[in-house]
Amino acid sequence: MSAVLPPAQGGEVLDTVAVGQADLRSGGGFWNDVFRRLRRNPAAWIGAVIVLIFLLVAALAPLIAPYPETALPGTKYITPTSIPGIGEVDGFPHGLDRFGGDVLSKLIWGAQASLLVGVVSTALGLVGGMLLGLLAGTFGGWVDTLIMRIVDIILSVPNLLLAVSIAAILGQTPSAVMIAIGASQVPIFARLLRASMLQQRSAEYVLSAQTLGLGRGRITMSHVLPNAIGPVIVQGTLTLATAVIDAAALSFLGLGGGRPETAEWGRMLTYAQNELAIAPQLAFLPGICIAVTALGFTLFGEALREAMDPRTRAR
Amino acid sequence: MNTNPDAVRQPLLQVSNLAVDFGTMDGVVHAVEGVDLEIAPGETVAIVGESGSGKSTTAMAVIGLLASGGRVAGGSITLDGRELVGISENEMRRIRGRDIGMVPQDPMSNLNPVAKIGTQVAETLLAHGLANRGDVQQKVIEALSAAGLPDPERRAKQYPHELSGGLRQRALIAIGLACRPRLLIADEPTSALDVTVQQTILDQLEEMTRELGTAVLLITHDLGLAAERAQRVVVMHRGKVVEQGPARQILEDPRHPYTQSLVKAAPSIAAARLQPEVFEQHRETDAGEEPAVDNIVEIEGLRKVYPIRGQAEDFVAVDDVSLAIPRGKTVAIVGESGSGKTTTARMLLKLIEPTAGTIRFEGNDIAKLDRAQSREFRQRVQPVFQDPYSSLNPMFTIERLIAEPLEFYKRGNRAERRARVRTLLDDVALPQSMLQRYPSELSGGQRQRVAIARALALSPDLVVCDEPVSALDVLVQDQILTLLGDLQKEYGLSYLFISHDLAVVRLISDYVCVMKDGALVEAASSEEIFTNPRDPYTRRLLASIPGNELGIAS
Repeated sequence: MSAVLPPAQGGEVLDTVAVGQADLRSGGGFWNDVFRRLRRNPAAWIGAVIVLIFLLVAALAPLIAPYPETALPGTKYITPTSIPGIGEVDGFPHGLDRFGGDVLSKLIWGAQASLLVGVVSTALGLVGGMLLGLLAGTFGGWVDTLIMRIVDIILSVPNLLLAVSIAAILGQTPSAVMIAIGASQVPIFARLLRASMLQQRSAEYVLSAQTLGLGRGRITMSHVLPNAIGPVIVQGTLTLATAVIDAAALSFLGLGGGRPETAEWGRMLTYAQNELAIAPQLAFLPGICIAVTALGFTLFGEALREAMDPRTRAR
Repeated sequence: MNTNPDAVRQPLLQVSNLAVDFGTMDGVVHAVEGVDLEIAPGETVAIVGESGSGKSTTAMAVIGLLASGGRVAGGSITLDGRELVGISENEMRRIRGRDIGMVPQDPMSNLNPVAKIGTQVAETLLAHGLANRGDVQQKVIEALSAAGLPDPERRAKQYPHELSGGLRQRALIAIGLACRPRLLIADEPTSALDVTVQQTILDQLEEMTRELGTAVLLITHDLGLAAERAQRVVVMHRGKVVEQGPARQILEDPRHPYTQSLVKAAPSIAAARLQPEVFEQHRETDAGEEPAVDNIVEIEGLRKVYPIRGQAEDFVAVDDVSLAIPRGKTVAIVGESGSGKTTTARMLLKLIEPTAGTIRFEGNDIAKLDRAQSREFRQRVQPVFQDPYSSLNPMFTIERLIAEPLEFYKRGNRAERRARVRTLLDDVALPQSMLQRYPSELSGGQRQRVAIARALALSPDLVVCDEPVSALDVLVQDQILTLLGDLQKEYGLSYLFISHDLAVVRLISDYVCVMKDGALVEAASSEEIFTNPRDPYTRRLLASIPGNELGIAS
C-alpha cells in the first residue's frame, strides 16, 4: 500500500503527546470535505451551471416565456407546405411549430414539464428503492432474499418496456409517466442502498455500537444509513438525467397524454418527425435541450461521485 | 559478500540530494528532500521510518514508479554510474526488472489473480529476453525453487489464491530475482505476513541475494528488523534523512533525538513490562492461584464452529479454550491470523454466540443474562478495536462519538455529560479543540485515543482490546500502550489484550495465552512465557521477533 500512495499529509508522523492542533487536516466533516472537492472540479462547475440555468428557466417560465403554455399565436404564418424557421418571422425568434405555437415559449414551458417529471419520478424511485433497500439491508436473511429476488425480476424487464406497460395500465396521463419512470428506477436504488449498507455493516464502528447495546433500528438509522447514503444520492442525480430522457421517450411514443399543443420536449419531437423534411429545427431544438439538460445532471452527478469516492478522497 | 569499505570501489547505487514533490489538491507536498544514500554492490541497506517518512517514496523514485502526481524535483540517482533521473520511460522499463528488481509489500494484491504463478514469472523472463519459448518453463521452475517454493512444478500451475501468504511472497521474490538484478528493492516485504512466516521469508531473501551478489534496499518500519538484516541503516523522518550509519551503531549509539526515541520505543528491542510493579504484586499471590483469586472473567471450554457450505466438515474457529482474567490485570491472547483470538474476543463481547462452553462475567453466565443484566453487562465491558480508521463513525464529531454511550444510557444531565466528555478527553491527552473535529481530520494515534475515551465513557471494568496498536507507527504504539497502562492503574481496569505481536504483548501483559489453530497451546504469566516458554510453537514465535538475537534488549 504505502508503495503506491504519496505520503499522508498532516499529522500522521509524530503525534507527540497527541497535541497536534497545527497538523490537523483542513476541512470539517464528510460533507464539508465533499463540497470542498466539488468546488475544485471544473466538470462539477459546468454541470452545476447547466442545472442551475435549467432550474431557473423552469421556475421562471411564466415570467420569461413570451406566450402562455398552450397559446398558438402564429397560426396565420403556417401553410401546409411551409413552417417559418429560426428568425424568419419577427416576434418568433425560434420560429413556429406546425400548429402555430411559438417554439421558444414551448421550449421554456417544456423545461418546467421535464423538471416536474424528472423530480417526481426520481423521488418516487428513490423512496421506493430506499425503503426496499433499507428493509433488505437491515434485516438480512429471508427478508433480504425475498426483496432482492423481486428486485431482480423487475430488473430483468427492460426499463422502457416496464414503463410502457405501466403507462398502458394507468392510461395516457402525465402522472402515469412519472409513476412508470419511478417504478423502473426502484430496483437500482434498492440494490445500491443494500450493497452500500452491507459494506458499512462490516465496519468496526458498527461492532462498537453493538457492544454498546444499541438496538438494530438505532444502529441502522444513526450509524449505517448516514454512511451508506452517499452512492444513493449520486445515483439520484444521475437518474434525474435519465428520467428527463425517459420522459421524453415516453411522450415521444405518445404515452404522455394531453393535447397536441402541450409544451413538452418529447412531445415536440413526436410532432417534429412529420415535418422533418421542411422544418428540421423543430426536432433539433428540443433534442438539444434534452441532451444539454441530461449532460448537466450527468456531469454534476459524476463529479459528486468522484468527490465522495473514498479512494480518491484520501488524497 | 560483505562490505569492505573499499575507497576505490564505486557504489552500485548512488542517490544524492534527491527531492520528490507531489502535486495534490492542496498544493505541492515535498515528500522527500535532500536524501543522500549509497549502496555498494552486494550490500544490504535498510531505510527505516514511520508512515509518511518518505521511505517508500525514495525507493519508488529509484525504480521510477512514483505514484501519480509525483515527480523527482531535484538531485540525482545513478545506478553503476548511469544517471536514472530524466531518462525515458522506455529506457527505465529495460532497467526495471533486469537491473533493479522489486519485492512489494502486499502479496495479496501484487499478483495477478487470474494468471498462473508460472506465467507471471515467465512474463518477466521473456520481457527481458532472458529466456525463450523453449527453455522458459525450465527457467521458471528454477526461479521458483530458488525462492524456496516447495514442489515448484505444481506451484507454477497454480493460481495465486491457491497459495498461502508466505508462498505468494516467495513467488514475488522469485519474480523480483528472476532476472538476477544487481539491486533488489524490498518494500516492507514481510509486513503483511505472520511472524513465524516473516522470518523464513527474510532468511530466504538473504540467502538468495547473497548467492546472487545482489544488493538490497530494504524498506521497513521496524528498526529491529532493519538492524538484524542490514549492514547499514538509514533513518528517515518527514522526508529527510536524519541519521545513517552501520546498523549496530544506530541501535547502540543513536545520535539524532528522533532515532533515539525510535530505538527507545521499538517494542522488538525494548525490555519488559511497562509497569514492573504489577509483577511484584502478582508474585506474592503466585502460590495460591486457585479459586481464591478474584477473577472478573472466567471462560470454560469455549468452542465456536462455523459450518462450511457444501462441506461435511465444519470449520472449528475456537476449540475448547479456557482462561480467566484476574481483576485489574491484563491477559493477552497471542496468535497468528486464523488462530481464533479475535473470535474469542468477540464471544466475550457478546457479539458472537459460542457453540459450546461458558463465559462467566462476575460469576454470571453471559449467555443467560436477562434484559436488565444484559444492559448492565454492556456498560461494564467495552471494546477497543484494531483499526482506528473504521472503528469511529466518520459522520460523528469527536464530541458526539464520546458522548454517544453516555446519552444512550442517560448518564447524568446534559451539562454533566458535557463535563464528562471533557474529562475523558483529558484522560487520553487530547486537547479540547478536538471536540468539534471529525475522525478524518485526526491521525491514527489520535483516533485510537478517541476510541479509548469512548470505551472508557461508561467507566467499564473490562476493556477488550483487539489489536489496538497494530495499525499504528512504532512511536505512536508506544504512546498508546503507555496510555493504556496509565489508565489501568488509575481506574483499576482489567484488559483482555489481543495481539499477533509478542513484542507488544511483552510490554503490557501480566498473563499470556498463546493460541494456534483455535486452541490454546500455552498459558502462563508473562514472565514465564518470555523467560521459559514450554511449547515449541511459543518458542518459534519468540524466536521470530526481529532483533531478538541482537542482545540489545536488557
